[in-house]
Amino acid sequence: MGRIFLFGLALLLAGAFMAPSVLGSTLDDVRKRGELRCWVAPSLPGYAFPDKKGNWSGFEVDFCRAVAAAVGVKVKFDPSSPRDRFNSLALGSLDIMTHATWTISRDTRLSTDFVAVVFYDGQGFMVRKSLGVDSAKKLNNASVCVLTGTTTELNLADYFRSNGMKYRPVVFDNPIKALKAYDNNRCDVLTNDASGLAARKGLLKNPDENILLPEIISKEPLGIVVRHGDKQWADIVRWVHNAMIIAEEKGITQANVERMARTSKDPEVQRMLGKTGSVGKDLGLSSDWALNAIKAAGNYGENFARNLGKKSKIGLSRGLNRLWNKGGLIYAPPIR
Amino acid sequence: MKKGPRFKPSAPLNTFWRDPDKRGVVYQVLIFSLVLWLGYKTFRTTLANMAAKGISSSFDFLNNEAGFGIDEALPIPLLRGGIAYFIFALAFGLMAVFLLARWRASRGKTIGESTPLVLLSLALIFFLPVLVLHATYDTIETETYTEASSYGSALIVGVLNTLKISVVGCILATVLGFLVGLARLSTNFLVNKLASAYVEVLRNIPLLLQIFFWYFAVLQTLPSVRQSLTWSNLFILNNRGVLLPSPHPTQWFATTLFLSFGVIAGIVLLARHAARVKNLTGRQVPVFLPSLALLAGVPGLAWWILGPPVTFTYPVLTGFNYEGGIALSPEYASLLFGLTVYTSAQIAEIVRGGIQAVPLGQWEAARSLGMNEWQLMRFVVTPQALRVIIPPLTSQYLNLTKNSSLGVSVAYPELVAVGGTAISQSGRAIEIIGLTMAVYLTISLLISLAMNWYNARAKLVER
Repeated sequence: MGRIFLFGLALLLAGAFMAPSVLGSTLDDVRKRGELRCWVAPSLPGYAFPDKKGNWSGFEVDFCRAVAAAVGVKVKFDPSSPRDRFNSLALGSLDIMTHATWTISRDTRLSTDFVAVVFYDGQGFMVRKSLGVDSAKKLNNASVCVLTGTTTELNLADYFRSNGMKYRPVVFDNPIKALKAYDNNRCDVLTNDASGLAARKGLLKNPDENILLPEIISKEPLGIVVRHGDKQWADIVRWVHNAMIIAEEKGITQANVERMARTSKDPEVQRMLGKTGSVGKDLGLSSDWALNAIKAAGNYGENFARNLGKKSKIGLSRGLNRLWNKGGLIYAPPIR
Repeated sequence: MKKGPRFKPSAPLNTFWRDPDKRGVVYQVLIFSLVLWLGYKTFRTTLANMAAKGISSSFDFLNNEAGFGIDEALPIPLLRGGIAYFIFALAFGLMAVFLLARWRASRGKTIGESTPLVLLSLALIFFLPVLVLHATYDTIETETYTEASSYGSALIVGVLNTLKISVVGCILATVLGFLVGLARLSTNFLVNKLASAYVEVLRNIPLLLQIFFWYFAVLQTLPSVRQSLTWSNLFILNNRGVLLPSPHPTQWFATTLFLSFGVIAGIVLLARHAARVKNLTGRQVPVFLPSLALLAGVPGLAWWILGPPVTFTYPVLTGFNYEGGIALSPEYASLLFGLTVYTSAQIAEIVRGGIQAVPLGQWEAARSLGMNEWQLMRFVVTPQALRVIIPPLTSQYLNLTKNSSLGVSVAYPELVAVGGTAISQSGRAIEIIGLTMAVYLTISLLISLAMNWYNARAKLVER
């Protein structure tokens, strides 16, 4: 029956025996537990992918590691179906959720808040070369494998509707099943965030026989989400992200962060790394929060290069995800 | 400080507490109130908890645009125009026959004893609704689900898809289950062992694994669209599913249908005549072959004289996929195969148990009365076996219906799958789970109701 029903039942049963309660401070809960619970995309190489021994690696995995290091706890990754993730977060069984497209309805209607965009993406289509299609405009009547509960499911409907085309959705609850069904030729098209398609292409039987169509049909700002109403926790997560961006701007890396903390003459770096000022204390953390975060995951650019960049297996270019002063959209407010 | 006994021999005892019946009522009222109170408390606390977490509860979202697509969405019949007339006629027919039966019962008789009343009942239940459907055919309205339809429509499509798999699955599982159950009682070594192997293997493998097996191992390894296996253009099989020609009624469809009703009435008359002759004289009037001849002959003659009652549209390869015809998706097929095969193994055991529950003496008695094997099964074994079979068979139907929710794992858009999508797109978890539970409860109660009615008819009538 799936997690969604267990969740509903548990909620009803819990409801019978619990007095009305308000969730407490996430920071206190995480510290008490000694563990940060972080939702990551199930099996998405480059973003979150476990190796055979169960060691996780990926861009968003490393972001969660940075937050955990800033707080001073361990981290646990939850790769469950994307269908239930917003509810799990709203009810407090997750602390952070990654890889969710920021939309107005998710921000306002659901009991969750977006705190940062860590990756600017767009939705694309993957097809087999043998289909002889070079544009998404020629996909009339195609079967499309898509994931339930994603913005891509809705964008897909909008795109075909606005172009006066028909399509046949085959809707899966798990990205690996969708990929397998596409690989078995159940669908003509697989749709997802373009970077996600590029990342999963390597998992297909014959990766080189598949191409991404040139159309990018949506804006997919992949954000970090926390529970609505806990301002302190939202601040912590947002500023860990900002600290990683500022670190890239200032040339602070995983390797030199300790030395920079001691020797840097830049007042902003001194404030960020805890030599002066009280930003750590203001966040409710220790003064070396940013130092620990960068030591754990590196700066934004290092994290990108290690997991997604040209030299990694995924081979993405920075594109929109370059720093603001290099023609991209990645920008952090000052630490002051 | 014990007080002296205030015992008055003449005083009446407190009879209320001494009466076990009255005491029982009090206990039941107490327990019922406790359950009600717990339910109310749960409801209130859940609402309060949701409010505390900023989750509001309302069913307004059902009218909002869903925005996602559903493949194989059946047209949604709207409850006005032709459909409403049809339901009204059906309800009227059933009600009338029910009242007729009550009236006959009050006189100590049944409908079955009077041939005109049997024909009238058939006409009320079958002929009248179909006639109304025919007369109001042009006023039937349906909604075709699109991305622009509402969440409510999406959920109704889910309910229809659940019904589509459950009804077909129950019928197929029953047929297959009875066949295998009978095969297990066969004295033929090979048939017997094959049936035993079928039952033991299939009921001991988890259903979800079987569905995955059909979906990923069988149906997705079929050839692709362009290399479809075809048998002329009547049957096309590929890894996108099975395609069959779809029938469309012509102007002569209604005429042929009503002629068929006439044929059925004729067969009823013939059968009753044969039964009467047999009671009076013991002579067997042939029924089966003449009935078959009438059933095939009259519509056949109508076809020959007037023209075909239906025409067919054949699937045609256009672009990526076949268009037109009836398409059974691999998602539907794998779920149907999985549910049917798994449940049929359970039903086979129920059938075997039911037949073996008929004492051996009954078989021997029937044979010594000179009954042939058909009569033995029809008049002695089946009626007694059905009493044992029906209650567990009902549970199997309920199981199959609820197990159809596994369709979500192979992308079949039944209620749980569509509900799951609707939850994640609208965020209305409590409302949609509540609706889903209510729908399953309703379907299950309707199945139970129908089967209990049948059970009441089949069970031992003590005279």
